[in-house]
Amino acid sequence: MKNKYSVFSLIKNALSQHENWQQAWGNPEPKKEYDAIIVGGGGHGLATAYYLAKKHNLKNIAVLEKSWIGGGNTGRNTTIIRSNYLWDASAGLYDHALKLWENLSQELNYNVMFSQRGVMNLAHNLQDVRDLKRRTHANRLNGIDAVWLNTEEVKKFCPIINTSSDIRYPVLGGTLQRRAGTARHDAVAWGYARGASEMGVDIIQNCEVKGIKRNGDRVEGLETTKGFIKTNKIGVVAAGHSSVIANMAGLKLPLESKPLQALVSEPVKPIIDTVVMSNAVHAYVSQSDKGELVIGAGTDSYVSYTQRGSHNIVEETLKAILELYPIFSRMKMLRQWGGIVDICPDASPIISKTNIKGLYFNCGWGTGGFKATPGSGDLFAHTIANDEPHKLNAAFNLNRFVSGDLVDEHGAAAVAH
Amino acid sequence: MFLINCPFCGERDQSEFSSGGEAHIVRPKQPTELSDDEWAEYLFMRKNIKGVQFERWNHIHGCRKWFNVVRDTSNDKILSVYKMGEKPPVNYK
Repeated sequence: MKNKYSVFSLIKNALSQHENWQQAWGNPEPKKEYDAIIVGGGGHGLATAYYLAKKHNLKNIAVLEKSWIGGGNTGRNTTIIRSNYLWDASAGLYDHALKLWENLSQELNYNVMFSQRGVMNLAHNLQDVRDLKRRTHANRLNGIDAVWLNTEEVKKFCPIINTSSDIRYPVLGGTLQRRAGTARHDAVAWGYARGASEMGVDIIQNCEVKGIKRNGDRVEGLETTKGFIKTNKIGVVAAGHSSVIANMAGLKLPLESKPLQALVSEPVKPIIDTVVMSNAVHAYVSQSDKGELVIGAGTDSYVSYTQRGSHNIVEETLKAILELYPIFSRMKMLRQWGGIVDICPDASPIISKTNIKGLYFNCGWGTGGFKATPGSGDLFAHTIANDEPHKLNAAFNLNRFVSGDLVDEHGAAAVAH
Repeated sequence: MFLINCPFCGERDQSEFSSGGEAHIVRPKQPTELSDDEWAEYLFMRKNIKGVQFERWNHIHGCRKWFNVVRDTSNDKILSVYKMGEKPPVNYK
């Protein structure tokens, strides 16, 4: 049994110079066989294992991670959490996640630093105004909080925004979701890892999947860098590398993997206490608890697995940031990085069975998967355990690309993909 | 970010080009005969290779012509460039 984190454990460990903290999760060697194996030890994968163990009573589970847990897109995103999506299916999915976020620190006994500081989406032209107003109405019909702010209200909510009508893309208003916000991304992976490990899930790091063994139309196990592991249920949550894993099973997915960049500035005193996103000029910014501005840029237009991204993409984003926030003109950028995002043609995720028995995919989260982490794990665990989707992820099946029943959030979502 | 050797204009910055995705996906000759599965395959399913990939590019801010590129997507190195209609180089298959 793991020690519970509390103010008392903090004081107790402070007295022993913090040298006696228990290891938060184990480091086991793989067993010969598991009831279910999750491929990918990011937030979504670890959450899937956590909910499989917790809600579906599966105990013999492993999570395989090719490097270290949370080292992929979980540790590379801009930590924005919101659920103001246009379509009913997306609204249901992302608001399910948001509701789980609201109680996640208590659930995991791990401070994920979830901060409901609000997310504001700006409109810069008349079409933006129409689209965003339509989205607020759709959100409210789905029970998701959303309000429309005019230019003065935008300025009042975030005073550093340049609302002058003289700029190239003037601010004509915006939407605000107050329940939205940010969380500490690493803590999400670590919290789920600790919770899952406590329930007996084997988290196996530095173990890369090299092949999927099939017997006819069902899976039998995985070839890995730590040998063959038998299982009849495989849940793949490999983000940018989903197509690579799918290829091992002879499957093709409707995905393209592209670099998405983010960057942070030098740390400064608190200046922006919310998250502001702008679809039309593609700039979004928030401030971390350390004081860095966290800025998200766009994706490169071509397929690449290089986790870096192009310099011109960063330049475009910073141009937009500077026009909207002239106050940042002398800030120095400290770090820049890229993650590989797997994008579906309709910019919605896939949480689905496949035509191979025992093989499940959770992928296609594209540029906005972090916000869905708890909901994605919960629904994917349900799908794996019952071999049937939950009603909240039924629309996000792989077959929608055959039936044509797409969940087209492209452009309709809060930020361009 | 990398340079692309346009077969018509020479070596230019990648930002002058737009990516047209996977190459050699043949448009169905008789669209009315296609099943839903075949349409899905043609429209949506992609190899999305990590490694050597054949792809189309357009020199959108230059000569605006389309051509093919062989590129290693794991390090963005361009291995070969060839014009539309030319046979893809065989040594990368």
